[in-house]
Amino acid sequence: MHLAYPAVLAALLFSVGLYGVLARRNAILVLMSVELMLNAVNLNLVAFDVWLRDTLHSGQALTLFTIAIAAAEIGIGLAIVLAVYRNRGSSDIDRLRDTAETDEAETLPDDAEADNAELPHGGGNKDDGNDENSGKTKKAEATT
Amino acid sequence: MTLHTAPPVFIAAAGDHPGFLSPSGVEIAFLLVGLATLGAAVITVTTKQLVHAALWLVVALGGLAVEYLLLTAEFIAWVQVLIYVGSIVVLLLFGLMLTRAPIGRSPDADSGNRWVALGVAAATAAALVWVVADAFRTTWIELDGPAQGSTEVTGAFLFRNWVLPFEALSVLLLAALVGAIVLSRRRDTDTTVRPGTNGTAKEEQS
Repeated sequence: MHLAYPAVLAALLFSVGLYGVLARRNAILVLMSVELMLNAVNLNLVAFDVWLRDTLHSGQALTLFTIAIAAAEIGIGLAIVLAVYRNRGSSDIDRLRDTAETDEAETLPDDAEADNAELPHGGGNKDDGNDENSGKTKKAEATT
Repeated sequence: MTLHTAPPVFIAAAGDHPGFLSPSGVEIAFLLVGLATLGAAVITVTTKQLVHAALWLVVALGGLAVEYLLLTAEFIAWVQVLIYVGSIVVLLLFGLMLTRAPIGRSPDADSGNRWVALGVAAATAAALVWVVADAFRTTWIELDGPAQGSTEVTGAFLFRNWVLPFEALSVLLLAALVGAIVLSRRRDTDTTVRPGTNGTAKEEQS
């Protein structure tokens, strides 16, 4: 088999995963795209190991290690996403802008229809009683 | 006889392996499964339904397991099926459920920088495919002989040459397990109120 087949397939899978990481909004979908990128690397490792035929089989050993590390990463990542969801009521990545330094971070298109369009100007203590608004309230307090 | 010989440039470039125009059966199978895998991956990152994305990810990862089998890495193929398809996708589905992801079509699955992401991904794909295809156009994997990644071979090299990283990996998995439990534990008895936030009271209500 030509080495070009698995190498090109791995490159294309990596690009698809890169698109998913950059374009997705939900954090769990971003984690799925990261899994696609890791799998592209695994395919490269296996293909080059089978091609090189070294006695240590470094590629396959590293593939096993990568799979285990990916499992650990997805566990920790999902725990973090769940903690963020419990605190903020949302798992959308581009709404988590507490550490953004500019005011234009608050003028997201999805926040426009919500009631917190005036929050950066002093509505930070508004209390509506559910989780989503408490997260936004904390965000506003963190930025003011 | 000289009419049928290829130009010397082609011989020098092609070496002693067949070209792309006469693919073997393994190559055809690899190509078809690769196309299915790539299509499933594209659907995974573009679909509007979040649960369908996880299910298409199963197809993509299973296709990659078949690719490993075609590359004679049997053990890694079954590890892929067990860990990725068996546990990671299930974990992702649990995550989607626990964050109350919408079941139907969600129009805001893609963020605003979608076209920038498309441009970056297309540029990456073009550069990588160009470089890789140019570099490995004439390289040939010899798949004959004993399997490179059977369970016997894998056990031999893993526990003869890679024992120490393997044990370190078990420590890492233990640390990840403890970390995930600590992170996802609900802090009901947490009495330390962080100053400036009112989040802890809301946590106790929910």
